[in-house]
Amino acid sequence: MPEITRDEVAHLADLARIDLSDAELDHLAPQLTVILESVASISGVAGEDVPPTSHALPLTNVFREDVTTPCLTPEQALSGAPEVEQQRFSVPRILGEEA
Amino acid sequence: MSITRRTAAEIADALAAGETTSVEVTQAHLDRIAAVDGPVHAFLHVDAEGALEQAAASDARRAAGAPASALDGVPIAVKDVLATRGLPTTCGSRILEGWIPPYDATVVRTIREAGLPILGKTNMDEFAMGSSTEHSAYGPTHNPWDLDRIPGGSGGGSAAAVAAFEAPLALGTDTGGSIRQPGAVTGTVGVKPTYGGVSRYGLVALANSLDQVGPVTRTVLDSALLHELIGGHDPLDSTSIDQPLPSLVDAARRGAAGDLAGLRVGVITELSGDGWQPGVMTRFQESVDLLVKAGAEVVEVSCPTFVHALATYYLILPAEASSNLAKFDAMRYGLRVWPEGRPDASAEEVMRATRDAGFGDEVKRRIILGTYALSSGYYDAYYGQAQKVRTLIARDFAAAFDQVDVLVSPTAPTTAFKLGEKLDDPISMYLNDLATIPANLAGVPGISIPSGLADEDGLPAGFQILAPALADDRLYRVGAALEAALTEQWGGPLLDKAPALNGASA
Repeated sequence: MPEITRDEVAHLADLARIDLSDAELDHLAPQLTVILESVASISGVAGEDVPPTSHALPLTNVFREDVTTPCLTPEQALSGAPEVEQQRFSVPRILGEEA
Repeated sequence: MSITRRTAAEIADALAAGETTSVEVTQAHLDRIAAVDGPVHAFLHVDAEGALEQAAASDARRAAGAPASALDGVPIAVKDVLATRGLPTTCGSRILEGWIPPYDATVVRTIREAGLPILGKTNMDEFAMGSSTEHSAYGPTHNPWDLDRIPGGSGGGSAAAVAAFEAPLALGTDTGGSIRQPGAVTGTVGVKPTYGGVSRYGLVALANSLDQVGPVTRTVLDSALLHELIGGHDPLDSTSIDQPLPSLVDAARRGAAGDLAGLRVGVITELSGDGWQPGVMTRFQESVDLLVKAGAEVVEVSCPTFVHALATYYLILPAEASSNLAKFDAMRYGLRVWPEGRPDASAEEVMRATRDAGFGDEVKRRIILGTYALSSGYYDAYYGQAQKVRTLIARDFAAAFDQVDVLVSPTAPTTAFKLGEKLDDPISMYLNDLATIPANLAGVPGISIPSGLADEDGLPAGFQILAPALADDRLYRVGAALEAALTEQWGGPLLDKAPALNGASA
């Protein structure tokens, strides 16, 4: 049976870019183990020869004519931004001090 | 009788006959919201001013003899996961608190163009993750049948709004049962259309391969009217089906005449047994008997892989959701939280702090589960295997629909449980969607209609009908026939038995 340790949950939270507090880690780790144990029941249900389904209905790529269509104005596109500067999204620094 | 008790079809007829105006109808619903939504909490945002403006415009069109659609002037509520230009859209999450989209979802644009005044945005589990609306960051919705109980989820707000007569129509979304299960526990009607049958453009995605927008109403005919309005091809959604819809309103009217001669109905063996509430099963069997009485031929059909549907879903959904929710990164929209005492924090640190503060427990659980299922070393064992089982589930449906025209089951295993009862027990919460999930995995359409009140607790139970992809009309034919037979047996709509709320006059 799969078990997911507290350290693993911390690592996954790191990959998912979520700061979890110690209390949250204590709370989530055992719950995730229970969920994983329950979903692990599907292992071995489908044999090698069964093709995977990623989508309910068969789809082919959809193309459209290469023409301009109406879109958001810069003001509209920026209207929900936490911070805006010079008609751009303003973000915190993306590099460390030493970079 | 107050206008708020009438069906959408009746309101549309009254508007067409000049017996009432959209302003009058819309105001009556706003008054009802003001009277009962305190305790029910179906709405996250009410747009009284906007709705009345749209109603006045509708009345002007009617007066000029040019209504925009059959439902022009009939008010509607919209689940808060659909982008509404100029109206807040939060998805029940703190991370989107106060976000006002600069565009409309296609279905929202469609209902605006058809003249339906938008009353407001309805409550939901955060990002549609849940079966009780308790995972809303803004507090739960309460079931109008018993305010101490859940209204289902994730679309508990839309279902409660129509059940409490706050709106005649609502839009919902169904990823694993979020339209049908709330319908079942509130005594209302909900439809998940064929995947791709209704545009998803402007629906904030939970799991793209499973999500579908659909109608939430009190009658089968009302769902057909709304479904016909919002259905059809949308070039803005690349998964939208480029084929005309079957005629749904006709199917509902034909079904209401009650003749099901020649119809083959399959009862799904795997969706009954241990864990199914006796009162729910009794009401289910009664409905099956009514179908037989109407001329249908009923057989039992086994779909052996359905027992793995829940596990399959809880691998595929978190995988898709964890990718989808990566866009909430505190840069372009939504919340931005700085780590405490760190004005020099990096973008990545701000992102981590924001996602911790902005997402609730269930969202975090599913993001982490999805990240795990997609990580190298586990991918084949979990996500890869789930995609294969999805194939087997679709094959079970195909084999079943070789034998029968529609499949039936109870919509949910139990009636509404108490608020708080399953909040911190994810697995027992997930089990509510046992019967609704297979349809999402295979993309087939499903409807839930009320089957009566369970003897143990006097609360509504739901009857689910499933049809092959693109045969949504069968849901309406069979649903309307059963609804007509049940309504006759009850001596009126089931919701007549619901308690009046807040002493407000019905």
